[in-house]
Amino acid sequence: MSDASAVPVLPEGLVVIVKRECATCELVAPLLADIATAEVPLTVYTQDDPTFPGTVPATHDADLAISWHHDIETVPTMIVVRDGAEVERTVGWHRDTWRRLTGVGDLGADLPDMRPGCGSMSVDPDLEHVLRARFDSDGLAARRVEFAAAEDPFEAMFARGWTDGLPVVPPTAERVHRMLAGTTRAADEIVCIAPPDLVELTVEKIAINAVMAGCQPEYLPWVIAALEAVCTDEFNMHGVLATTMPVGPVIVCNGPGTRAIAMNSGVNMLGQGNRANSTIGRAVQLTIRNVGGGRPGEVDRATHGNPGKLSLCFAEDEEGSPFGALAQSRGIPAGRDAVTVFAGEGPRCMVDQLARTPEELVASLAAMLVAQPHPKLVIGFDAILLISPDHGRLFREAGWGRDRLIAELSTRLERDASTLVRGVDGIAEGLPAGFADAGPMPKYRPGGLLVTYGGGGAGLFSTVISGWVNGGTGSDPVTVEVTR
Amino acid sequence: MTTVLDPTSESRPAERALLQRPASLEGQVVALLDISKPRGDVFLDRIEERVVAAGGAVKRYRKPTFTKPAPVDLRHEIATQCTLVIEALAD
Repeated sequence: MSDASAVPVLPEGLVVIVKRECATCELVAPLLADIATAEVPLTVYTQDDPTFPGTVPATHDADLAISWHHDIETVPTMIVVRDGAEVERTVGWHRDTWRRLTGVGDLGADLPDMRPGCGSMSVDPDLEHVLRARFDSDGLAARRVEFAAAEDPFEAMFARGWTDGLPVVPPTAERVHRMLAGTTRAADEIVCIAPPDLVELTVEKIAINAVMAGCQPEYLPWVIAALEAVCTDEFNMHGVLATTMPVGPVIVCNGPGTRAIAMNSGVNMLGQGNRANSTIGRAVQLTIRNVGGGRPGEVDRATHGNPGKLSLCFAEDEEGSPFGALAQSRGIPAGRDAVTVFAGEGPRCMVDQLARTPEELVASLAAMLVAQPHPKLVIGFDAILLISPDHGRLFREAGWGRDRLIAELSTRLERDASTLVRGVDGIAEGLPAGFADAGPMPKYRPGGLLVTYGGGGAGLFSTVISGWVNGGTGSDPVTVEVTR
Repeated sequence: MTTVLDPTSESRPAERALLQRPASLEGQVVALLDISKPRGDVFLDRIEERVVAAGGAVKRYRKPTFTKPAPVDLRHEIATQCTLVIEALAD
């Protein structure tokens, strides 16, 4: 990168930059032979066709390094170079100026007095981002977007549809560089393919959206991991976007890194106020919106949606948990940072202020869980169960870990299929009639209940976050380790 | 002036889509942008006469070089002062 950004030195004498696709360059091509015989050395660079001009030897400025670094806007351009420095230049054909600079007194006698040049290839708007990535030492490939001095950048970003309805931080090159320092991965590394437009998602594009979301650089590895996870076939981000159900990615964070970046696993952990919780989830949403092209009213067809689609990201209280980290239960070694993504609705409160035994509490929780998202629908929907400290105490004191809790809940969540069939209790929803004799049905498929732990120290309430359709036609939770 | 990096997939132009053309020039403020090619101003003078005759007002602008898009400050000025732009390539 440093080689390409170094300015190439121009040779002494006259330097002329041309391209074949330029009528003025064709006009002056015969003159170049006349100039070459003069005392001052002549060097010709051709931008497009190395066989042009043909009248004198030419160097092919194939990568446009000469043109870019010497600010060639027009072809032909003639530059006078003396002692290694540019002394003067002229653009287009202007007979008097060309005669003066070359010292050839009868140059171009049969040509018109002057003729404007054409656009240089190095200022072609379609090539700009390619050339910038090639030659600028800043190493950022994204297209630059300029806002006028009198334009409010925050309004400008709203107007361009880059926001989720809240203002975003302008992603200047300086801020993006600072964000990229949060990862050792290269800016141009492709992390995954972002639906729905199936765009290659680079670390740089994630960093730009992370800046907009308000992330700190140390959050970037978490954002990257979450995007890796949601862009898998298993999670099915496209389906999660396109569904009329209200779901969005819910991000559960585990590992010592959650404390290093001061995530909230305590009071109001699902609510507002914590920068890491709020901005990590938001960065994922903005990236899918801006790079993937997934926007409400377009591919996103949710009937109501839910506020968690702005951001719903939290850390478990692992030190206090009787259940072990969720990521550990899903195969990540203990003590490692990881994210689990889940296609979930908004959180629902589960009240029980009177249970004093674990049995009473699970009976109560089961009564509430059985209704999510409908009492007569089973197996097809997973759920995150977030147990609070006040509720968790009952399980800890009884020595109930994750497996025991899930087993106890499962027993109480079982119901006979005949009670769940469509039309029973005057409710049209339910299982197809063919299930009437299927016997006891679980509420959740194996592994469908994801137990997590956290929250403020006071409050006899837990939370359920019910999910979208699971399995091959829906979404399955995905856990990805966070790497720096 | 703030320059930011594009957060999108860059599959669409950085600018917004065109609005519908109005039915007449009555009451419109029309920007005529001279792209700095020789005698472009003469051509625009004739256009100005016809716009005024059709009931529109005209503001004249000039961009520094034809080889690059108009500077963003000039574009913003036009956008805030005018309702229509006539832009044409010429040679």
